[in-house]
Amino acid sequence: MALENIFIQEKLSQKFGNSVKNFAAMRDIFTLEANKDNIHEIIQFLKEDEELNFHFLTDLAGIHYPDNTVEEQFAVTYQLHNWIENTRIRIKVFLNGENPEVQTITDLFLCSNWMEREAWDFYGIKFTGHPQLKRILNMDEMVSHPMRKEFPMEDGGRTDKDDRFFGRTPVNC
Amino acid sequence: MSDLLLPPEHRYAKVIEEKRNEDGSELSILNLGPTHPATHGIFQNILLMDGERILDAEPTVGYIHRAFEKIAENRPFYQINVLTDRMNYCSSPINNMAWWMTVEKLLNIEVPKRAQYLRVIVMELARIADHLICNSILGVDTGAYTGFLYVFQFREKIYEIYEEICGARLTTNMGRIGGFEREWSDEAFKKLNTFLEEFPIAWKEFENLFERNRIFIDRTVNVGPISAEKAMQYGFTGPNLRAAGIDYDVRKAAPYSSYEDFEFDVPVGKSGDTYDRFCVRNAEVWESISIIKQALAKLPDGPYHADVPDYYLPPKEDVYHNMESLIYHFKIVMGEVPVPVEEIYHAVEGGNGELGFYLISDGSRTPYRLKMRRPCYIYYQAYPEMIKGAMLSDAIVILSSLNVIAGELDA
Repeated sequence: MALENIFIQEKLSQKFGNSVKNFAAMRDIFTLEANKDNIHEIIQFLKEDEELNFHFLTDLAGIHYPDNTVEEQFAVTYQLHNWIENTRIRIKVFLNGENPEVQTITDLFLCSNWMEREAWDFYGIKFTGHPQLKRILNMDEMVSHPMRKEFPMEDGGRTDKDDRFFGRTPVNC
Repeated sequence: MSDLLLPPEHRYAKVIEEKRNEDGSELSILNLGPTHPATHGIFQNILLMDGERILDAEPTVGYIHRAFEKIAENRPFYQINVLTDRMNYCSSPINNMAWWMTVEKLLNIEVPKRAQYLRVIVMELARIADHLICNSILGVDTGAYTGFLYVFQFREKIYEIYEEICGARLTTNMGRIGGFEREWSDEAFKKLNTFLEEFPIAWKEFENLFERNRIFIDRTVNVGPISAEKAMQYGFTGPNLRAAGIDYDVRKAAPYSSYEDFEFDVPVGKSGDTYDRFCVRNAEVWESISIIKQALAKLPDGPYHADVPDYYLPPKEDVYHNMESLIYHFKIVMGEVPVPVEEIYHAVEGGNGELGFYLISDGSRTPYRLKMRRPCYIYYQAYPEMIKGAMLSDAIVILSSLNVIAGELDA
């Protein structure tokens, strides 16, 4: 039997109060937003609590929301999985746009090491306490964080590709 | 600054300076890769070695990084499929189908049973191709070239089946939203049946050559073992996790594309060493063959794609002669299709483990964010720990038994 969403919600609300909010079942995955200051405790609780037991970190993704307010311009989503109950959960943390910083979870999940390095590399999200926070897929000399929305995909100087004639405007192409 | 942030060669130079052996010999640095015939891809590892033993290693990844996630943010769904081909290029149909299933999940499209079964068949074929390459190359790395020659022609046979289905061989770009682009030809089924007759004989022969082979056992047993707890910590999925003794398989945990209709076992190993990984893959090939046979036997009649004119390209002859079809064709190709605002995660059991697409859609023609959970990328970080204390030649064998595919690693 899978874990009931309402059970997870009550358990988390009881323990963390206002730090966890916006619970929603997004299709098959129960989703919540967490406060960035105690994300480490929340994930530790989800992992180590005997009933919840979310012991596997499936994925960690950085996201850039340039249109949000400064306080919420970056996000990190953690997807945890409880194999025994076969339940997934997704935790989203919004971070400051000017100085995106969040605690590392490398001490909880070894696999988050490279995932966090990837998020640092592509979004410039700083994971405090990470043992080796350096670029991973891009070269070390690079200065920008290429997955941020303001980073153009192609060199703007190209003249051989003009998509305006196909109904595309600079906004959507 | 922490030492770990230094380039590995500088870090190791310090260690060499500090630690001199009593007999006057010293540790050494070895640069393995990025291009080395034994690593089957662009992998660089800087190794700190004591004679022939590896003390520490640091992998450098990203040599074939092609920014798929960035490109995906700028392309409509149809154009993202070709990116997925190039991730795990040994089993590209699995990636293709995983992507279509993600999109279908987002768009709430119900795929007809026949298309689901056909997808299962092609995904299992791809799994066979993937495991076949991994295991036979593992044989080559231990010095047994013959087994590789016996089975490798069957990858060609599998590619010929792909060719009948979609016209391409390696980077297949197979399928559409809602099913397949065309009905499978009789020739495809004929080739599939011939394959199912001939391949098990060759695979049995291959197994016989290796599984009780003294040299092979000496080279692989207790080489690069990983415990179940460690494997879980490191985010292992797929055959590499199952070799450590955990029976997590996405096909069983969250059945997609009608996998619940088929009976198959999830083979598990015990010690998580190279030999177990080899055996688990061998056993999985047998399960895949059985799944394909079941799917062929139960293959229902019916349409090969869902009836979703908003997303499925109209037949080509209509596009030339019918205004409506032409409009739809243009709209679909340009990505001007209705898309809900949602966040979706869909995972399939890829050749190497849980291949997941985390798709954030904001209702525009392109995904707002597409995060690909690439199993290789996640478990390759355990590699330095797995080769610590091993010989250099073991490191090569461990790398090939992990089946790290450069395309999937770097995306």
